[in-house]
Amino acid sequence: MIKEKKPSTASLETVVVRFVGDSGDGMQFTGTQFSDTSAMFGNDVATFPNYPSEIRAPQGSLYGVSGFQVHIGSIEVRTPGDEVDLLVAMNPAGLKTNLYAVKPGHTIIVDVDAFTRKNLEKAEYDNNPLEDGSLENYRVIEVAMTTLTKEALKDVEGLDNKSIVRSKNMFALGMVYWMYNRSTEHTIEFLNKKFSAKPHLIEANTKVLNAGLFFAETLELIPNSYNILPAKMVSGTYRIIMGNTATAWGFLAAAEKSGLELFLGSYPITPASDILHELVKHKHFGVKTFQAEDEIAGISSAIGAAFAGDLAITTTSGPGLALKGEALGLAMMLELPLVVVNVQRGGPSTGLPTKTEQSDLLQAMYGRNGESPVIVIAASTPANCFNYAYMAAKLALEHMTPVILLTDGYIANGSAPWKIQSVNDMPEIKSKIIKTVDDNWSPYRRDNETLARDWAVPGNAGLEHRVGGLEKDFLTGNVSYVPENHELMTKTRAEKIKRVENHIPLLQPEFADEGDLLVIGWGGTYGALHTAVKQLHDEGYKNIGFAHFNYINPLPKNTEEMLNRFKKIVVCELNNGQFVNILRMNFNRCGFLQYNKIQGLPFGNKELIKKFKELVA
Amino acid sequence: METSVKKYTFKDFASDQEVRWCPGCDDYVILRSMQKALPEMGVKKEDVVFISGIGCSSRFPYYMETYGMHGIHGRAPAIATGVKLANQDLSVWVITGDGDSLAIGGNHFIHVLRRNIDLNIILFNNKIYGLTKGQFSPTSLVGQKTKSSPYGNTQPPFSAGELAIGAQARFFARIAGNNPKDMTQIFIEAHKFKGTSLIEVLQNCVIFNDGCYTSYTDKEVKDDKQIFLEHGKPMIFGRNRDKGLILNGLRLEVVNIGKNGITGEDILVHDAHEKDPTLHQMLIRLQDPIVTGIIRSCKDVTLEEREDALTAQVKSDSSFSKTDDLFFSGETYAIK
Repeated sequence: MIKEKKPSTASLETVVVRFVGDSGDGMQFTGTQFSDTSAMFGNDVATFPNYPSEIRAPQGSLYGVSGFQVHIGSIEVRTPGDEVDLLVAMNPAGLKTNLYAVKPGHTIIVDVDAFTRKNLEKAEYDNNPLEDGSLENYRVIEVAMTTLTKEALKDVEGLDNKSIVRSKNMFALGMVYWMYNRSTEHTIEFLNKKFSAKPHLIEANTKVLNAGLFFAETLELIPNSYNILPAKMVSGTYRIIMGNTATAWGFLAAAEKSGLELFLGSYPITPASDILHELVKHKHFGVKTFQAEDEIAGISSAIGAAFAGDLAITTTSGPGLALKGEALGLAMMLELPLVVVNVQRGGPSTGLPTKTEQSDLLQAMYGRNGESPVIVIAASTPANCFNYAYMAAKLALEHMTPVILLTDGYIANGSAPWKIQSVNDMPEIKSKIIKTVDDNWSPYRRDNETLARDWAVPGNAGLEHRVGGLEKDFLTGNVSYVPENHELMTKTRAEKIKRVENHIPLLQPEFADEGDLLVIGWGGTYGALHTAVKQLHDEGYKNIGFAHFNYINPLPKNTEEMLNRFKKIVVCELNNGQFVNILRMNFNRCGFLQYNKIQGLPFGNKELIKKFKELVA
Repeated sequence: METSVKKYTFKDFASDQEVRWCPGCDDYVILRSMQKALPEMGVKKEDVVFISGIGCSSRFPYYMETYGMHGIHGRAPAIATGVKLANQDLSVWVITGDGDSLAIGGNHFIHVLRRNIDLNIILFNNKIYGLTKGQFSPTSLVGQKTKSSPYGNTQPPFSAGELAIGAQARFFARIAGNNPKDMTQIFIEAHKFKGTSLIEVLQNCVIFNDGCYTSYTDKEVKDDKQIFLEHGKPMIFGRNRDKGLILNGLRLEVVNIGKNGITGEDILVHDAHEKDPTLHQMLIRLQDPIVTGIIRSCKDVTLEEREDALTAQVKSDSSFSKTDDLFFSGETYAIK
């Protein structure tokens, strides 16, 4: 049942575990349990689910594999990791599609019961990889998980065969708990809650979980279990949060802080839908959610809500942003506060719906008719989606403009510990709402400093006014075709966005203030880039700095000054070079280098290190 | 609230903007009818919002001294939905044309009716694209020669009313563009109706489709070619009030009162409140005479009533009063 192959040791600082199986095998659940348990133990964690875009692909097929990767550490972990220390494969298809990620010499646990001729065929294996020597370079632990699960449950009453087989993921989880010295306590507590109405399922799952743990322990199949000590993290109360949830919660916090009601007008699209799913749960906070008939109605309803005085948002992904373009131009013209979240995915067109990419940046910047500047900001980790959603709302309300918040599938679906932030500790939000008229009031009267106009909402006497998409007079907002007025308005709208630079943080490069190479990134690549530069820094490369952009339009005020402190600059993006061209356009400096990856995949650590070493060689 | 509303006149609702429609356009009639209807509604000026799309009709909000938004093509129902959900106290009016709401905005048009949110939609139907200078619209007739159909239109038309009933419209009225008196009254009734009300105005375009309704609306023929329905009253029409509608099998039939033994008792009595829309559909389809007035006014639960009830339920079931309660709930853990 167990074959010992080349033993090896895993790093004690961090470990990356990937669970893979059929989309019905419970891999997301298993992975979540392992990461939550590790987080509660005190580890830093980062996770990333990877599932097929089909709802239920045929069982055992290569494209039906569902995976969940967990990176845990006694040190900071900033990505879900790109190479795997332990792969748990519930079937041949999972093994085949994920073997590439396993570090040579490291461990693979397989459910040997699933390696039937039929499943091997479905996975397009000519030979059984467990027998043909192709896994020689790995430590393969073959476990008859299905058989052992059945055995463990033979005395539990009230279970059908399907439920029995389905609980084999708990066997795998039990084994992994033993390997990494994790307590089953949290999972058992969870099972008790989840199945409180079905005691036989609590019993079954707990039994199988323990069976897996005892099995691993008794058979001593791993010389020692590995201990990942707690990480040094800032003290406080934490929870594990997904990027999309964090985004939704950032808006809840902003609504409470600004004293406004939150309105979401949205149309479902992968991978943004979870923001809608989250917000619709919170009607108790007065959140109004409107699932519209299409993307255009989603943003249009939000524009209506913004006109009427709500903190209005709309959420979407790339193709949806394309549809929203005209309405976004209207919101810009009306100078109403509106937040548009674009959870980017691989494009163009329908592209790669479940894969990550950063290729909507130029769409966010320019994807509208006419000169139509809006604020563009990007979150960079699952947890800081909270902060940037909050900031997006703050900037929209204080500057009376649409704001596009870019996240991406990678950080939106990934999860990480979030040090819970109380709304009391969040920065103030002062909306531009006015309730009463004064002598000088005019619909497009502007604040001298920010150029933001007042926000006069229906229901207030004396402030009646009309807005619209036609060009409007600089002050009254009445329709105006006066040539000079159009030029003045165009420049004013641009200047209004430019002046936001006075209200956003300066860039703080990490690892080096000046030097030979500045690594630049933006948005969801933060974890991968930071990890790579830090590793080089620790190896003695003190001449490499790292600057990550969360504010893209406008750029931080000190951008040019910072760029000039480095000899070489490399801009790393998961697209064909969009941000680098924004920099080229804005700064009179030659020689921006690029490192681009356009595979629907995040950056890998090795490829970044190799590239950066080349550049400073 | 309504008792404290000051007494307005129609002038209070006229903005300082110069009205720029073609001379003789029915849009002026609609504008003036609205300005006359509003003081009768008992609603405060600051609580009234006009939302429009794009087209000649959609300039309407600029001319009203209320809150207003000239939006984007076809999307006014969606914008108005956001306004109403954000603030239910507002009286929200959608101003749209046949191209705006039945072509580019067809999707939003049917869905707003389906949801039954408390909005009022005035559909200016002149069977032509006016602002883009004379192309056929989704209500243009087959064979109609326009800028974009020089040899005759090949696309069959929508009937706005039938489409609306198919989308579950609870309130549908139709009124001729040259009938300000009844139009004003219908606007008032639409305001009173809780739910989406749709008013189709048969509006002449003096430039690109002049006379498109004259066979119904000209002084000489209107009494014989239009029947104006009122709830609870028999469907009688004609210059001499001697014609009426009866149901013959599954068809509406025009009969002469006093001939062939037909008496006033035989004439159908209009029931706008009937939930089953079958007869309303038949009335909408009738071509000779055409039916005007409030054809359907059938009270139903509104979207916001459902939303409010749900919110109240969720609120009473929840222990959260502020967002911190949510953030610190469930599975949290402490790092020391």
